[in-house]
Amino acid sequence: MLVYFTRRLINVVAMLLVVSAVTFGIFFMVPKLTGSDPALLYVGKIADKVAIEGIRHKMGLDKSIIEQYFLFLKGLFVGRDYSTGVDVTHCSAPCFGYSFKTEQEVWPLLLDRLGVTASLAAGAAVLWLVFGTATGVVSALKRRTLLDRFTMTTALAGVSLPIYFTGMISIAIFVHQLGWFPNNYVALTTDPVAWFQNLALPWITLAFLYAATYARLTRATLLEVLGEDYIRTARAKGLGERTVIGKHAMRSTLTPILTVFGMDLGGLIGGAVLTETTYNFRGLGYEAVAAISSSDLPVIMGVTMFAGFFIILANLLVDVLYAVVDPRVRLA
Amino acid sequence: MTDSQTATIPAPAPASDREPLLKVTGLTKHFPITKGLFGRKTGAVRAVDGIDFTVNAGETLGVVGESGCGKSTMGRLVTRLAEPTGGTIEFEGKDITHLGVSGMRPLRRDIQMIFQDPYSSLNPRQTVGTIVGAPFKLQKVQTEHGTKRAVQDLLELCGLSPEHYNRYPHEFSGGQRQRIGIARALALKPKMIVADEPVSALDVSIQAQVVNLLDDLQKELGLTYLIIAHDLSVVRHVSDRVAVMYLGKIVEIADRDSLYKAPLHPYTTALMSAVPTPDPKRKEARERILLTGDVPSPINPPSGCRFRTRCWKAQDICASQEPPLELLKTGHQVACHFPENIGTENAAK
Amino acid sequence: MSKTQNTTSALTAPSAEAPEGFLTVRDLRCHFPTDDGLVKSVDGLNFSLEKGKTLGIVGESGSGKSVTSLSIMGLHRMGTKRGAPRISGEVWLDGEELIGADPDRVRQLRGQKMAMIFQDPLTAMHPYYSVGQQIIEGYRAHHPGASKKEARTRAIEMLDRVGIPQPDKRVDGYPHEFSGGMRQRAMIAMALVNDPSLLIADEPTTALDVTVQAQILDLIRDLQKEFGSAVIIITHDLGVVAELADDILVMYGGKCIEKGPAATLFESPEHPYTWGLLGSMPRLDRELQERLIPVKGTPPSLINVPSGCAFHPRCPYADLTGGRSTSEVPVLAEASPKHHAACHIPAADRHRIFTDEIAPRL
Repeated sequence: MLVYFTRRLINVVAMLLVVSAVTFGIFFMVPKLTGSDPALLYVGKIADKVAIEGIRHKMGLDKSIIEQYFLFLKGLFVGRDYSTGVDVTHCSAPCFGYSFKTEQEVWPLLLDRLGVTASLAAGAAVLWLVFGTATGVVSALKRRTLLDRFTMTTALAGVSLPIYFTGMISIAIFVHQLGWFPNNYVALTTDPVAWFQNLALPWITLAFLYAATYARLTRATLLEVLGEDYIRTARAKGLGERTVIGKHAMRSTLTPILTVFGMDLGGLIGGAVLTETTYNFRGLGYEAVAAISSSDLPVIMGVTMFAGFFIILANLLVDVLYAVVDPRVRLA
Repeated sequence: MTDSQTATIPAPAPASDREPLLKVTGLTKHFPITKGLFGRKTGAVRAVDGIDFTVNAGETLGVVGESGCGKSTMGRLVTRLAEPTGGTIEFEGKDITHLGVSGMRPLRRDIQMIFQDPYSSLNPRQTVGTIVGAPFKLQKVQTEHGTKRAVQDLLELCGLSPEHYNRYPHEFSGGQRQRIGIARALALKPKMIVADEPVSALDVSIQAQVVNLLDDLQKELGLTYLIIAHDLSVVRHVSDRVAVMYLGKIVEIADRDSLYKAPLHPYTTALMSAVPTPDPKRKEARERILLTGDVPSPINPPSGCRFRTRCWKAQDICASQEPPLELLKTGHQVACHFPENIGTENAAK
Repeated sequence: MSKTQNTTSALTAPSAEAPEGFLTVRDLRCHFPTDDGLVKSVDGLNFSLEKGKTLGIVGESGSGKSVTSLSIMGLHRMGTKRGAPRISGEVWLDGEELIGADPDRVRQLRGQKMAMIFQDPLTAMHPYYSVGQQIIEGYRAHHPGASKKEARTRAIEMLDRVGIPQPDKRVDGYPHEFSGGMRQRAMIAMALVNDPSLLIADEPTTALDVTVQAQILDLIRDLQKEFGSAVIIITHDLGVVAELADDILVMYGGKCIEKGPAATLFESPEHPYTWGLLGSMPRLDRELQERLIPVKGTPPSLINVPSGCAFHPRCPYADLTGGRSTSEVPVLAEASPKHHAACHIPAADRHRIFTDEIAPRL
């Protein structure tokens, strides 16, 4: 078990290194190849040559790509100093550099944005997990009834409708027409009630999309599990249907759902771009879009690393949970 | 059958009419087990652990054993679907142990395989014509009246109707699918067919049809069979000689009649006595040897004789010394320190 | 699901009184609606079984032998893709009729009075629960008062009884950690944990090696002696039934085509299909046959069961029936005391064919 964890952790670090190297490569090399200059981007168009050179030196852009990458890594782990020779700016431990645009440090910015995205993702995840699986279970148990057909059709709609469509419609109806929900992000620490009120609508919209997928997945998996020999054995032992379904069938059904859930959640924390944009929440996804449109390289880099980190972390958690659920995985 | 002389000096050997078609020496297959942080090799599943046998042209060698004895792995090694860890495989005097894909290609015509599961070994999206005709295409073989005609002839040979040419596997029953598999194997007129549990997935009444078909084809086409099966009665019915495997080793080889009449290895005896017979009257009359426990793990096989942990005759020597597979006067080969029925066999080493 | 069951049972004539025997099955039918048509898995089956006796049900795949056992257990409701199966007839277990009974009552009897072991113990046990947990669960389902500790003690006791070494350790093992034979032993322990008086074993040794099969058959025999229960063993292997069964019932196309005491049935089988089965098997206990005598053709589809005698397209002697084989469904008729066969061929012809043609070749 310990060996397994160690191996997985090494794996996580290795994966992150690869992600960072690739991202670094793309975002710092591509501008070079296309002829645009990161330093130029940083200072803006009116800067004179001397200023650009100064910036280039300060940012370390005059060094080789490899060197720059190691400086970047160093910044991540121990912090780094940006020096022009005259003044020194220290950027402490997880240093992603400074935004070209706002000249703010990227790390605190990301943390701030993470709060928004995490609030959005966590709430929606609870909703879709509960409603999605519950709907799937009911649908599977009542298969080929009207209820099953209705829920599965709704689920199909949920999968097919893009979030900006459902989002816009719901904003139009519930925010503007009915005025049931406000539509501004308020941090949980500031005002929990307002936080909840503001997030309710995006949660529901986002959860609808995912719940649909989960309902279909749960239904299909449960139906398959119900055909397994061990379910027949459980019934042959004279267990009640409630135990057979709730205990024996559900435990097997949850395993694939867990896998998908981990991936989805990890991906979502990396940035629920469409939802955030639709509801005008300044989360990670929103920030990513803004950064890309203004070629704000350090921010793009930071968001990408963040997203990568959460997806990998989610993967690890899923694998560990998997081992808890399925005793056959324990040796792995 | 006489192993040591014929192989070492290949060319001017006296024309023996029983030149082995297949000769396997010291064949080994270990599957490594890795453990720990760096995938360090900590052990191996010794699936096949040094076996020697020969198959003569035109005969059938049956290989029996329980699950995990390595018989299927052996079949995959001989057909070179798996890479041996050690030992040699000679086919028609040619060493094919480590031939690559291209080196094996011409031999694929001569050695064909029939699989256990007629459901999963046929591509459900291909017609019977495509499946059976595939070997012609792969080997770029031109047939006299075209591939279609050749395939239809094969189907007929295997007891199917030529009209089945355009049908799909799912339209057939298990027995018919196995016939399709056999037709495919026969397409290129192979010299040897390795059949891994060819009838064990079939119903009893269908098993007999397929067994008879294999019999007829052998007579008609002069085929050589290596038939791997767990069912002792089927093996007895189809084989000329029989090898018994236990935990990656051959414990006994002999011709069919002497093996079944007077088995020498205690394992063979136990195996045979365990087969239920469809005769309630014999139930009381016959003396049954009931083995205790399970087959030990091939990762850590017992020292000495591998069967000793379940053997009622085991003594100290069985744990310390591995009994070699010895050839008795009668042509019976057995690997045991205390063979059974030794009196009846008039064994003299 | 339970609704359909009740309506179908209402159609069953409630005329019959409780029979005397321990287990009596009368005119059992189990039909599954599918996209291709109605699958008549079991179509009018009758038999009875006393405590302490073993009935062997023999048949090939699709003969309806497994569905029979599931119907008795009340497990037939599961496993269809299209609607509930239509089941009718009567199953009397110790004076209680099960087909028309309240499903909850049948559930109570399941695992307690009647238990079942399945073919493949690897898939028949839940991979995520330890063997002990699965046995304990079965015990506590019928002993609501039993504490976890009592149930665990009972589980260990059962594992010990079925010959699992170190039962107090193995009780916490998972199915995948057991070998095939040990797993089947654990399965048997699970089935016997509540001392059932009826044990149904569906192909209990098919997935096992011969030497392990011999152990398991021995175990079932011993346990039956000890507990005096009635055992139904379902298999395609005539050798296995010969080892265990007192009576044998041969099924073909959802119907019983021959039944009788094991000794009689093997000595003088009456039905050409039974001859076919015996002739198809290579046998270790006889001189080597030059050639096996297979049954031509393939088992029938249960959707389109051949008219008349379901076996007639494969029967080499069908022309001896004067055309009745295709037009008339043969009924079971007594051939010798307690020995019944459903065949149109005149008894005299049958006996002549068997003695002259079949017996010498077996």
